[in-house]
This record gives sequence, C-alpha cells and structure tokens, in this order.
Amino acid sequence: MYGNDFAGEDAPGGLLGEVEAAEAELRTAAERDRGAPGPEEDLAAYFTAVVDADQKIEPRDWMPEAYRRTLIRQIAQHAHSEIIGMQPEGNWISRAPSLKRKAILLAKVQDEAGHGLYLYAAAETLGISRDELVELLLSGRQKYSSIFNYPTLTWADVGAIGWLVDGAAIVNQVPLCRCSYGPYARAMIRVCKEESFHQRQGYEILHTLAHGTSAQRAMAQDALDRWWYPSLAMFGPPDGDSTHSAQSMAWKIKRFSNDDLRQRFVDMCVGQAEVLGLTIPDPDLRWNEQRQAYDFTQPDYAELMRVISGDGPCNRERMAHRRRAHEAGAWVREAAAAYAAKQASKEKVPT
Amino acid sequence: MNGPFAFTLALGDDALIAAQRLAEWTTRAPEMEEDIALANIALDQLGAARLLLSYAGELEGAGRDEDALAYLRDDREFRNCLLVELPNGDFAVTMAKLLLLSAYQLPLYTALSRCADERLAAIGGKARKESAYHLDHAALWVKRLGEGTPESHRRMQAGIEEVWPYVGELFAGWPQAPVDPATLRADFDEVVSAVLAEATLTVPESAWAPAGGRDGLHTEHLSYLLAEMQVLHRAHPGARW
Repeated sequence: MYGNDFAGEDAPGGLLGEVEAAEAELRTAAERDRGAPGPEEDLAAYFTAVVDADQKIEPRDWMPEAYRRTLIRQIAQHAHSEIIGMQPEGNWISRAPSLKRKAILLAKVQDEAGHGLYLYAAAETLGISRDELVELLLSGRQKYSSIFNYPTLTWADVGAIGWLVDGAAIVNQVPLCRCSYGPYARAMIRVCKEESFHQRQGYEILHTLAHGTSAQRAMAQDALDRWWYPSLAMFGPPDGDSTHSAQSMAWKIKRFSNDDLRQRFVDMCVGQAEVLGLTIPDPDLRWNEQRQAYDFTQPDYAELMRVISGDGPCNRERMAHRRRAHEAGAWVREAAAAYAAKQASKEKVPT
Repeated sequence: MNGPFAFTLALGDDALIAAQRLAEWTTRAPEMEEDIALANIALDQLGAARLLLSYAGELEGAGRDEDALAYLRDDREFRNCLLVELPNGDFAVTMAKLLLLSAYQLPLYTALSRCADERLAAIGGKARKESAYHLDHAALWVKRLGEGTPESHRRMQAGIEEVWPYVGELFAGWPQAPVDPATLRADFDEVVSAVLAEATLTVPESAWAPAGGRDGLHTEHLSYLLAEMQVLHRAHPGARW
C-alpha cells in the first residue's frame, strides 16, 4: 500500500512531512540558546516569552499551575486511550484470518502498549506518578478516548480502526508534535510515525476486503458504516462547546480547533474511500467549491456526550476488563517488589 | 508421513499453539511492560511457526501453505506437544510453561542450526536467538515469583507441579528426525534445575507422563483453541485476507 493510495500524505506539507518538519524544528529549538530567567525576572513573563518564541517548555522550567494540570490531564488521557485502545483490536488477535494478519495485529497492539508507556513517562515529567494516573483511570476520574467504547464485531472493524481511528488520531496528533511542552512534543513525533504505519495497514486490510468476495466487501462497508461517525466524534465537541480550547491554544498545547481538524480529516478520507470503492455513510457529503472543502453531516454530539459520560456500548466492559487485569496481577507486582527489595538488601550486605 | 515433514510440522505446531496461548495475555498482563514482553514472545513464536509451517508445506509437496496448515487441519491432524495447548492459568502457570518450553526449544533450535538441512538450519539459527531471550525472561519471573512473597512462592511451585508431567513427551526418542529430542534432555534438566534451585523451588517428581500430541492425540483443550483460531478463515473458503 506504500505510495499510491496515500499520495499527497507523504508529499511535502502532508501529514508525515509535518511530523518530520516538527522534528527538525525541535532540534533547532534545542540548539538555540534561549537564555535563562534572571533572578529578578518575572517567571510568568519568561514562560510566556518562551512559548511565544516557539521554544519548548521543559520539565525543569517554571510553568503556570493550570498549564501543568491541563497537560497532565491531556497526556494522561492520551496514555489511557492507548491502553484501553488495545482491547477492541486485541479482541481479534486470536481469530485473525491469516498468520500474516495475526502477526501484524499482534505487533500493532504491542506498539499501543509502548505508546502508553511513552506517554505515561511524559506525564511523569510533570510531577505525577504512573501509579497515580492508573488509579485515576481505574476509578473513572480520568477519561480515555470515546472511540474505544465501540465494539469490534467483525474482522473488517480491525481495518476500519486502522484506517479511520488511527487516521483521526494522526490528524489530531500531528499538530501536537509542535506543542509547547517538549516531552509531549517528542513523544508525539515517535507515536505519529508508528501510527501512520498502522493506518496504512488498516487501510490495506479494508482494501483487500473491498476487493475480495461479496461477503468480504459487505463486511468492509458495514465496518465503515459503523465507524465513520464515532471517528468524526473523536475530534471532540464543536468549537462553540469546547471548554479547554482558548487557553490551550494560547499556551500552544493545542494548535487547531476541533472543527478545523475534523474538516481536515473528512477531506483526507473522501479520496481514500473512493480508492477503496466504499461509500461514506453520509448522503449530504459533497464538495463545496467555494470553501474548497467537503460539506458533511456532523456526528451526533448528544451520543458523544453519552459515551463520554459512561453510557456507550462497551464502557462498562472496557473498564471492568482493565480493573480485572490490574487486580489479578496484584500478587505478581507485589512479588516483583518483594524480590527487588530482597536483592537490594543482599547487595548491601558486605561479603 | 515422512520424517522431515512430520518433524518440521511438529515444531511449527508447537510454536503456533504457543503463540496463540501467549497472545491471549494481550491486555491482561500484570503490568504494561509484561503485556509488551508477552506479545513480543508470542510474535517470535508466530514468526518461527510461519517459517516452519511454510517449509513443512514445501516438504509435503501437496500445495499446502502456512495458512492451509494452520487453519484447515482439525485437532487430530495437529502435531504439537501437549504442553503448549494447556490453558494459560495464572501468571505463574504461564511462566512455568514458558520456562519449560524455552528450555526445550533453545537446545532444539541450537542443534537444528547445525543440521544438514539448510532451510532447517537457517530457521534454527534465527529461532535459537529468540529462545534464549524467552528463557531469560521466564527464568527471571520464575525467580521473582519463587523468591517473592509467600503467596507467589506457593503459586509458582503449584504452577511448576501442574505442567511438569508434560515434559516427558518433549524428549521422546525420534531417531530418524533431523534432531533427536532424546539427546537434548540432559541440557534441559541442567538449565531448569538451576533456575528452580535459585528460585527456591523444588523439581517435581511425577510418574504420570501424558503424551500423544505428536500422534494427534491431544487434550480436550486443543479443539476449543482451534475453533476460535480457525473460525473466520473457515467461514470464507478460498477468500484472501
């Protein structure tokens, strides 16, 4: 699938191109001497100057408490999404229809656990521990992406998740490669590169199904029908209702509005769906010459709110599964800690 | 069945069924690092299975590829050892199984890497490096659990007791095979008894030595495993994925 189907995406200015550019900017920013606040200097003014100059805030820097809290919330929820997001796809590992697909899917779900680890590590630079964050997830006080509360009912859903869900995640995350907080920006660069690979693999699954038997083709269309609107909802509520946007934009944590990113995603998907020969389930989807963008039907935001508040199809199951694994593993973690303590005390004893 | 085909198929089936069981841990491991490690080991096993099954298909010469062999045989035609099809149990049972499996696969693949058949030698050379990692990982956990808390010690000993009887089958003589597993037993015993001693665990004694996997006579567990693994492939005969 490399090349043709994603023409435009790898081109300069395409999504991967943007990741590379952000990476180059990070390197340049790291080499520039941005000075240090003098003892007399106002820390808040220095923080603002660093952000305004597109330099990176690093863990040792002073930062407004609200900036720290916003980042902890956003990075943690992102990490939780990677961990919970392993479940819907993990659901098909045992039944993957060929050994090659099984290997690819297993590797993908493993990558997601790795992304969760990078992101928890990035959040820890803000002064909170992974254990505390996991506790916030398990107690329901922090959220994860609404999309993972939808069930994977057929094999084609694995393809649709790769294409649409990972696609939406990339559109959301590419701008975060330029986010003002250095550790998050660096984590996003690594994550985006791997996600982009996953998206191609998902697209390839759907492409194979869409060009397979009539039953496979129907399976692919059904998956697109079910995942389209939940994927559009991943960009969050419309701009008018988004509570965190203005401040996050000013701090350069967020760089584009929810609606701008959603539009970009729709514009990207239309051509890709045509190559698949599948129909996006929106009768009002059409090119708007004046806006140079597609008009489309918005997702049902009342449904999004229901899912976020815990009443989606799989919320209970996803959380119960995570809690069960955590509880069932407690004795193993205790054993590892006890063993490490014994080894440490053995090393201290002079021989 | 001819010697090299049956042998290659048996090794491929061991790796395939081990991969399927290990992959069941995904999203269920005691910590995130372990989720990654178990998926990693499952992927290695699956990789070895694909190489072995593809080669077995060529040796057989009946046009069966890795997927035909994995998805279109019934449990009476599978040739894996019983150890790999046993349910995962708790984490201690899984680590006990992994310790025994990797302590068997490491000398097996090492010997294979020196056998006359070039394809098998190449597969053995690759897989042996992975087995060494699996063995390290399992040994580390067996020691952590054996020497961890009283509860983990109890569970680890129970885990070893539960799977130990299935070791006998691994080393049954197979003189006409490219590597006779009977020649590997001493190596296995040395490695495993050292790990168990360090973990303050005792080597079980068992007169009961179930076998039959190499003849397609399995436990009741395998049929369920295959039903799940094969369901989608079998529902769409001839489809490409």
